Amino acid sequence: MSRLLEVNDLKVSFKTYGGEVKAVRGVDFHIDQGEVLAIVGESGCGKSVTAQSIMGLLPKKVSMIKGGSVTFNGEEILGLPKKKMQKLKGSEIGLISQDPMTSLNPTMRIGSQIAEAIKKHTNYSKSQVYARVIELLHLVGIPNPEKRYKQYPHELSGGMRQRVLIAMALSCEPKLLIADEPTTALDVTIQAQILDLLKDIQKRLDTSIILITHDLGVVAEVAQRVAVMYAGVVIESGEVEEIFEAPKHPYTWGLLHSVPKYEKGNHEKSRLVPIEGSPPDLFAPPVGCPFAARCEYAMEICVDQMPDVTKSSPTHSARCWLNDSQAPSVKDFVAAGGER
Amino acid sequence: MYIVKRILTMLLTIWVITTLTFIIMHSIPGDPFASDADVLPEEVLANMRAKFNLDEPLPVQYVLYLKDLAQFDLGPSIQSETRDVNTLIADGFPASAVLGLQSLVIALVFGLLLGIIAALNHNGILDYASMGFAILGISIPSFILAPLLINYFAVDWGMFPVASWGTWQHTILPSVALATAPLAIVARFMRSSMLEVMNQNYIKTADAKGLAITGIVIKHGIRNALIPVISFIGPLAAFLLTGTFVIEKIFAIPGIGKYFVDSIFNRDFPVILGTTIFFSTILIVTLFLVDISYRIVDPRIKLSSKGE
Repeated sequence: MSRLLEVNDLKVSFKTYGGEVKAVRGVDFHIDQGEVLAIVGESGCGKSVTAQSIMGLLPKKVSMIKGGSVTFNGEEILGLPKKKMQKLKGSEIGLISQDPMTSLNPTMRIGSQIAEAIKKHTNYSKSQVYARVIELLHLVGIPNPEKRYKQYPHELSGGMRQRVLIAMALSCEPKLLIADEPTTALDVTIQAQILDLLKDIQKRLDTSIILITHDLGVVAEVAQRVAVMYAGVVIESGEVEEIFEAPKHPYTWGLLHSVPKYEKGNHEKSRLVPIEGSPPDLFAPPVGCPFAARCEYAMEICVDQMPDVTKSSPTHSARCWLNDSQAPSVKDFVAAGGER
Repeated sequence: MYIVKRILTMLLTIWVITTLTFIIMHSIPGDPFASDADVLPEEVLANMRAKFNLDEPLPVQYVLYLKDLAQFDLGPSIQSETRDVNTLIADGFPASAVLGLQSLVIALVFGLLLGIIAALNHNGILDYASMGFAILGISIPSFILAPLLINYFAVDWGMFPVASWGTWQHTILPSVALATAPLAIVARFMRSSMLEVMNQNYIKTADAKGLAITGIVIKHGIRNALIPVISFIGPLAAFLLTGTFVIEKIFAIPGIGKYFVDSIFNRDFPVILGTTIFFSTILIVTLFLVDISYRIVDPRIKLSSKGE
């Protein structure tokens, strides 16, 4: 598998009246051809900002890329000139945005909205563009595409609108699809349909997908690899099985504990375990591990020094001092879902 | 069906306005001949009152007026001996309408442009410059702006005639003077509307498609930003088309603006009613046109007679 996208030490800040918010503070991850990578984390951890800076969608006036690199197909795309970036956006990299209800232009027919990207990136004739739009609407499972083509967003349900957005992102067969919480605004049955659709598309078109979510259920269902983000850094990343079965970071343990589980034969209701406290203030992020203040196993060094990346397998790495050879063992909690 | 219902409502509105104006007008003290009362003998006054039906009881006068109105006859003017109200409006309206239309076009074209430019340069120099200009435009009264324009463009530089009405050159200064305030208001409206739209998610979607910024602004921005601005255009058009007292006075334009004010001082009852009905009709018609154009700009709006 070839490396499609590589993000190295990406740092993004926002200018606000209160000062500089360090939203992304050195993020590393990569994605290979045909792979699904999930970026997981709670609200405000910088996952959407990461995605938007890859596509150069952040408002230039308030955001600053402070450092790092993003290479796509071996080419640096961070700070690429506008024209070149516009060629990439929509054709090589597609975006499925968070909120289908507000992400479509309310005064434009959905067909024309999909056609726009195709017109921009290809030399298709009018009838070819139309045929392609109908084909795409078919592909994302919208019945009656000829009729839907002429409809406006308000005439479609939320699930249908999300399908339209997916069709739009797929219109030029991008190599990379960034799905920013594609199911958050939808109800559960529709969520499952949209996830199935994404999986199906990924298999059929061999598209790589970066799936941004805070829903671990979604991760388990779709992703092959996971990057867990906290306070603007990736604190753990690995294959799905590694993250779910042998997580190496207390924050990941906490995340896994806070999700309801169903076990066969066990009908007893158990309480969910929340992670106490709240994420650090990104105006003045802590010097040490950002999770230290909420971590049950925090040691002195955690407050003073940012942990290095430790690898427990070629694919599995975490940023936690507990994984250091000199650290005391907390084996009891290594297994995911371990009882307290 | 919608149109029929709408037209009936418009007629009803005009009737209500007529009735209210009639009542209010007759409740102000004084009558059209109050200033002549000292000079003219009682018999002459009585004759004149009889000529204009003013000796009848108010309900009778009201019914008589409605009868005429139903035949589109706005009655005689008490002040003018030779022209009735229909002629007054027919004579004055073309000048006011030309002036109003030109100002409307100026206000819309430059107002929208200024608003869009300001929004796209949010907090930049162009933004501050155009909003500074807008504040000036709103706060300088037309009776100051008009003499200034005359002083520089007509007297000092001789580019346009000083006043009066005739050729197209005559219309330019008064149109500009009349357009400035609405232009500024449209600019401010459009700026805030455009700022809001450019922050919407669908603009981000368009950006993610790789469209160029001009395409995004034109295809996705402006149309959506226009929606709130349109509602302001209806009343604006009505006000501009029916002339303004101040501008027409300063530039000596034979429009209908002056009748709105003079008729009240003269207690010229038919002219008061006539101009009010004329203005309301234009206002109601432009509001109707605004509703229709809403439907064109925003597909989410459906015109229905049931008010769904």
